[in-house]
Amino acid sequence: MGHHEKQSIVSIIGSVLVIGFYSLYVYRNYIQADMELLNDFQFWGKSFLYLIPVAIVVQIVIQILFAIANRIITQEDLPDITDERDKLIELKCIRISHWIFILGFMLAMGSLAAGMKPYVMFLTLISSGFLATLASEIAKIIYYRMGA
Amino acid sequence: MKEEKIMISNNIRRLRFFANEMTQQELADKTGVTRQTIVAIENGKYFPSLELAFRIAYTFSVQLSDVFAYFPENDPVHKKVIAKQSKKEKQ
Repeated sequence: MGHHEKQSIVSIIGSVLVIGFYSLYVYRNYIQADMELLNDFQFWGKSFLYLIPVAIVVQIVIQILFAIANRIITQEDLPDITDERDKLIELKCIRISHWIFILGFMLAMGSLAAGMKPYVMFLTLISSGFLATLASEIAKIIYYRMGA
Repeated sequence: MKEEKIMISNNIRRLRFFANEMTQQELADKTGVTRQTIVAIENGKYFPSLELAFRIAYTFSVQLSDVFAYFPENDPVHKKVIAKQSKKEKQ
């Protein structure tokens, strides 16, 4: 298994951990106590704003820990170049994640148009962002396996 | 088993052998790509850019056609073009 594939698996695990623990934290500390918060736009705004930096910092920390552990276990150096194939795979994966997020965005707006509660829209948005990240990383593993 | 039709083949493995058994990593270092990219090209899983193809040929001091061979009969785009041309000629 190549370095990029391992990195993608670590990234998937990181994303699942971040979204899982963050959702659990928000649910236990806020939503469980006051279910009315689900319809509070300020609550959702804050939740989104806190999730983004938390997710970025956790992913960076996980990737650093992975790089150190990988170096110790396999004695392999990190690839110091990003070549044309890496860039091509990256572009293909970004395209996939964008399409999934756009689809999620349409669904989120559709839920509002259908008269559903605002929290359905916010949950759809978070889920589509999460699924877009997952799909991008899974596609990366597949593309690296296939060649490009 | 389904027979795979190769559109572009390459002689990189043979050229490496005649270049003092050059390793994939050495070729990767000389052409500025990763070893995984060289592996993918050798196995016909990835077609390099023209720039990289020339760099590979230059590394072995050969012509581009000595590294890569094109088989139009296995190229779906070429087949489409030929079909379109023959349709026009019939009209």
